[in-house]
Amino acid sequence: MHNFEFVKPSTIAEAVKALAREDAQALSGGQTLMPTMKQRLAAPAVLVSLTGIPEMRGVCRNGDALEIGAATTHAEVAREAAAAYPALAGLAGGIGDPAVRNLGTIGGSLANNDPAACYPAAVLGSGATVVTSKREIAADDFFQGLFSTALEEGEIIISVRFPIPERAGYAKFEQPASRFALTGAFVAKYASGVRVAITGAGQDGVFRWSDGERALSASYAADALSGLSVSPDGLMADLHGTPAYRANLVKVMTQRAVRAS
Amino acid sequence: MTKVTMTVNGKAVSGEVEGRTLLVQFLREGLGLTGTHVGCDTSQCGACVVHVDGKAVKSCTVFALDVEGASVRTIEGMANADGSLGTLQQAFQDHHGLQCGFCTPGMVMTSAALLAENPKPTEAEVRDYLEGNICRCTGYHNIVKAVLAASGQDVSAVAAE
Ligand SMILES: Cc1cc2nc3c(=O)[nH]c(=O)nc-3n(C[C@H](O)[C@H](O)[C@H](O)COP(=O)(O)OP(=O)(O)OC[C@H]3O[C@@H](n4cnc5c(N)ncnc54)[C@H](O)[C@@H]3O)c2cc1C
Ligand code: FES
Ligand code: FES
Repeated sequence: MHNFEFVKPSTIAEAVKALAREDAQALSGGQTLMPTMKQRLAAPAVLVSLTGIPEMRGVCRNGDALEIGAATTHAEVAREAAAAYPALAGLAGGIGDPAVRNLGTIGGSLANNDPAACYPAAVLGSGATVVTSKREIAADDFFQGLFSTALEEGEIIISVRFPIPERAGYAKFEQPASRFALTGAFVAKYASGVRVAITGAGQDGVFRWSDGERALSASYAADALSGLSVSPDGLMADLHGTPAYRANLVKVMTQRAVRAS
Repeated sequence: MTKVTMTVNGKAVSGEVEGRTLLVQFLREGLGLTGTHVGCDTSQCGACVVHVDGKAVKSCTVFALDVEGASVRTIEGMANADGSLGTLQQAFQDHHGLQCGFCTPGMVMTSAALLAENPKPTEAEVRDYLEGNICRCTGYHNIVKAVLAASGQDVSAVAAE
């Protein structure tokens, strides 16, 4: 790993200022960035740790919404969101293993936008809002393809605001070696309708399954999806599964998510 | 180089590190605490697990400077005050929970974090919590047995094969 200057600010303003320096990059839990730096796929000159900023940590309920600081770890979300949003807490508690959950954060996961990561499904499936150092970004506009998001240079995620659904569920078909989703489905039912987000399957990363949303909005039951079939077009092919295999998983995992909700 | 200060196994320590110095490097090379092992260096195997402020973390995937001021516990801090093996360590020995021993420091530290959170786990809970700790020797059964035994539960019925 190339060396760098390490800085650990205690306010958002200081972090934004440090990130304006040349070749500066944010560090949150480091569970993705550090392995990337060891492979020299990333070599920042300045690394700005976001874990010492109290305003960026914690889970807080405001009326019908749950706001989660970007530097809140998966383990903290699993614990602190359990009462207000159990499906989200369950998702966080199923990421990786205990040691990864003690460091990895929601902000790092979203900024990274791995096509097989869990949080993007919850954020898109809940129609959450990503609050950054510059603006508020709707989930539908945030995810922009493999490892790519609407974040601009130097812009950091401060928190994520989830509208609390009437019911929700997440079902992940786990790739046993990496523990990421081979395909995962997040389903959330709101007064305005049902949203379904699929991770691990799309060539462009997380996406909404609109046929599934329509069927579940008309009748919220796993059986409502029985007659649907998913096209393998645009789905990922790799060692672990063909597009047709993943297409089947989209439906099966959505049904399991509905049953779990 | 930057100065880093922390508490390791109850003792205040400090040293000069680079930005890129990993916590595990600081422990092994800076402090000579070579009980913590590096298996994969890519946060997959769990051999390097230590506790930072009571939480199990993979010390190959933490920068030393990011845990400035923290309280760290390593396998060297698991023995009793008189130097004899602690309860979990003794249980690993009694139940043959290790063969080559390379994964053992991480297994013991992760198991200690589990028992602190959940003093009487079920067999399934032990297996689930140890998901990020890989052992290439034992086949896991005896590790699970050791953890259950250390929690004071009867292990005579646990799979022995
Ligand atoms: C063994 C293992 C198993 C895993 N299993 C899963 C799994 O099952 N499901 C899953 O979803 N994930 C899994 N992960 C990934 C894990 O959840 C990571 O913690 C997460 O993807 C990255 O979060 P982080 O806080 O560690 O981010 P970091 O590694 O610190 O950063 C990741 C990227 O985001 C940027 N960044 C960080 N914070 C911000 C911010 N606030 N604003 C803007 N940019 C930011 C960084 O610059 C970097 O580019 C696993 C990881 C490991 C090592
Ligand atoms: S050496 Fe740290 S997880 Fe393998
Ligand atoms: S005892 Fe050899 S790797 Fe576990």
